[in-house]
Amino acid sequence: MQVRLKVKRFDPERPEEKERFQEYSVDMPEHATVLESLLEVRDYEDGTLALRCSCRSSICGSCAMRINGRARLACKTQVRSLTAEGADEVVVEPPGNMPVIKDLVVDMAPFWDQVRAVKPWLQPSGPPPEREYLVPNEAMTALTEVMNCIMCGACVSDCTVLEVDPTFLGPAALAKAWRFVGDPRDSDDLARLREYSEPSGMWDCTRCNMCVQVCPKDVKPMDLILKLRAKATHAGVTGNYGARHTEAFVELVEHSGRLDEFRLPILTHGKLNVLGQLSDLPVALRMIRSGKLPSPFHKRIGGIKHIKRIFRRFAKQPSGGSH
Amino acid sequence: MRYAFWPGCVSKGACPELYTSMVRVAPELGIELVELYDGNCTGAGVISEHSMETADALNARNFAMAQRLGLPLINICSTCQGVQSLAQQRLRKNAQLAARVNETLADEGLQYDAEAGLEVKNFLWVLVEDLGLEKLRGLVKKPLTGLKAGPFYGCYILRPESVLGYDEHPDRDHYLERVIEAVGCTLVTYEGQDKCCGFPIMTINKKNSLAMAANHLSEAQSEGADCLVTPCPLCHLNLDAQQPDAAKYATVEGLEVPILHLPQLIGLALGIDAKELRVDRHVISTRKVLSRL
Repeated sequence: MQVRLKVKRFDPERPEEKERFQEYSVDMPEHATVLESLLEVRDYEDGTLALRCSCRSSICGSCAMRINGRARLACKTQVRSLTAEGADEVVVEPPGNMPVIKDLVVDMAPFWDQVRAVKPWLQPSGPPPEREYLVPNEAMTALTEVMNCIMCGACVSDCTVLEVDPTFLGPAALAKAWRFVGDPRDSDDLARLREYSEPSGMWDCTRCNMCVQVCPKDVKPMDLILKLRAKATHAGVTGNYGARHTEAFVELVEHSGRLDEFRLPILTHGKLNVLGQLSDLPVALRMIRSGKLPSPFHKRIGGIKHIKRIFRRFAKQPSGGSH
Repeated sequence: MRYAFWPGCVSKGACPELYTSMVRVAPELGIELVELYDGNCTGAGVISEHSMETADALNARNFAMAQRLGLPLINICSTCQGVQSLAQQRLRKNAQLAARVNETLADEGLQYDAEAGLEVKNFLWVLVEDLGLEKLRGLVKKPLTGLKAGPFYGCYILRPESVLGYDEHPDRDHYLERVIEAVGCTLVTYEGQDKCCGFPIMTINKKNSLAMAANHLSEAQSEGADCLVTPCPLCHLNLDAQQPDAAKYATVEGLEVPILHLPQLIGLALGIDAKELRVDRHVISTRKVLSRL
């Protein structure tokens, strides 16, 4: 099988050339992966091509890169699976949201800084037990997804928030944060939840699902961010815009069955937050001019008592596991 | 084609023009809408970050209403679609949860048969899969040949693919392009068309939210789009109502990209008067669009 590769190149010693695409064509077996094809190029066609890889069996997490527009592990991606998606060539770029060092190799320092920022180590309280910490199996089931994380950075590469704001903690680090908040051996959840609720933390995620989509190990980072949020609001860590938004949303739907868009921003800012309220004035005026401002007289749906009953029965249990 | 119709909160709130245009367009396409007037908010992915089970129970209530009518469910909101599909999956996988939910719904005389399931389809999917593009082309009275339009999907109708029926319909992430071409427009594609509009963090991190909108709008404009078309009213709110504020983060001069709701685009192609589709109810004027027709 002839594999046509279009690889993004960048040579730090020739920064004036900027980034450019270079095309290669290599003869590969039918089942070849993108990584094998790239190694064929590097070993026999162009020794200057720089890329990272090690285990070749999607365990080490070294070879995450953008392949046909989406972050994937090169070793886990067969060329023919891309053909099945309708592609006639393989476009390979370095992972996004990280500075490029050379060709497909990026500087992972920002990634590790984010992970380090969530204090990814156990903080048990009290004297250590004589032998190992004993944990019941079921207490760890909520953590199996995140324990599969191989730190490849695919989620960080395609995160839509990091694209506009490099200070965001990002999906990998926040998933790791859940690893410890959800661990029964860790003692100070409240302190962690407060810290992760700061600006650039868990509430800055837009829930776009990109990280869920691209993760090669099915960690579902965004789902874990949602578990962090549920845990934080149920633990009373609510003094921030994100938590107030969720609480206001829940309160309004419980009250009338449908979202009251007039009151949602008011409650999210906090009723007494005059500056916050004023900041929405320009958009409110624009919406009034176009006849789009939601009515302040929000109607309840029929059968609202049944909605209230649903909330009474179910709303006390936070999403995800708890301990 | 008859559907139980869940219009979503936003088409009854900040985007009334979406509701009006959908209700106007549907009969022209042979679509009969049986509205669930007492349906409730899907939770928009927000209630589930407080309590997943509450969100699932709320969605089951809407599903049960549609099942009682014996009709598939149609929505006009990418966010509703994603949230409904996820809730369906959880209710199907967790029989215990479904049983507890049904216990509560029984008080209202409702039951959701999670195993039998329910077809839940966004208007976009209905256009391509139920009506068919060939038939749509045949219904077009006024091909929009002068108009260059770009798609903007909204995250929840695209991701995660594993719950959104991509196994059966692998091209669902290209439907909007096909519909745009089917009504005669020149298609404009750009990198940000399947990314996040920024709406969910509008009040939480306004700067990021606006920067995201600005990036996509700038790209679309520099690729030559006269307008964008979206099946998601939340994306509409961020891309349209917030566009004047987003302009300060734009990478192009004079940012001005009108945003059409999907039923409005279809309505214009069917020859329905623009006023009836309420294209005047936008923050970014749609004059540019109308002048191309």
